[in-house]
Amino acid sequence: MGTSWAHMGTSIVASFLASLVECVEALTVILAVGSVRGWRSALTGSATAIAVLLIIIAALGTALAHIPLPILQLVVGTLLLLFGLRWLRKAILRSAGQIPLHDEQAAFQKNTEAMHRLGLGPATWDKIAFAAAFNITMLEGTEVVFIVIAIGAGHTGMLLPASLGAVAALLAVTALGIVLHRPLARVPENTLKFIVGVLLSAFGTFWVGEGLHLEWPGADWSIPALIAAYLVLALAIVPLCRSRSQAVPSNP
Amino acid sequence: MKWLKNIVREIFGLFVDDGSFALAILLWLAVVRGATPHLNIPSSITGVILFAGLALILAESATRYSRRKQ
Repeated sequence: MGTSWAHMGTSIVASFLASLVECVEALTVILAVGSVRGWRSALTGSATAIAVLLIIIAALGTALAHIPLPILQLVVGTLLLLFGLRWLRKAILRSAGQIPLHDEQAAFQKNTEAMHRLGLGPATWDKIAFAAAFNITMLEGTEVVFIVIAIGAGHTGMLLPASLGAVAALLAVTALGIVLHRPLARVPENTLKFIVGVLLSAFGTFWVGEGLHLEWPGADWSIPALIAAYLVLALAIVPLCRSRSQAVPSNP
Repeated sequence: MKWLKNIVREIFGLFVDDGSFALAILLWLAVVRGATPHLNIPSSITGVILFAGLALILAESATRYSRRKQ
């Protein structure tokens, strides 16, 4: 019971936070496209991309069920490790002021200007708005799909909790976008990325260990231990990098 | 088809932005996979060894980046 909660709880949180970051980035572009070129084509583009992503998830979910679990854990764990450690490294360097922070307001401004430069489209159907919204939803959505599958595929019965985390993030960001009608610039994006990097790195390390038949002390309870270890490590690296640098301005 | 090309590029970029960092991770996984069965390491610490190597790679890569930026 305790073991499954250690696993399920961390899966939901990791999937929710990782998806939240991606959804916030997609929302910024969709808001820019919709506010300049019209909502109908922008929302249709996004909805079409979400439908394509759902088809991909269904196809991959069926295919993954036929792969032996140790091989799946090793492959997915390796990919998750590359992805999570890359994310964590970037978050550490951002926290240390080595690379610029992501600025949603600046990204919104940049995308709004780009949409204006393309001129106004026809009143009924705007291909540019459709394509721009489709592209950003596919790009960020592909990352969400990978995260959900990577977190959920390494252990039997974890795909549903991981999917629920992602759906919750999508609904939360959509609701905030509808209510606020502006980019979610106050979301502490780098803090989220830092936490997500820690979580994904911990999951990746655990899956790879399982795939290699390594022994984890405490079995599934090693996941919270790995999360704590990566968090302490990352927090210790930040001042090491910061002492060598000066802060750099934010980037869109 | 531009969107497809973008997605392929984006997917590759998900896993690799610093080539040497990604390569070091893959090499360490290969070392752990290849070496641990032949060494007389207690099985209870093999997971810890895997983590320790990855931790070292992360720390080295981040601090090397900051040194290079100076």
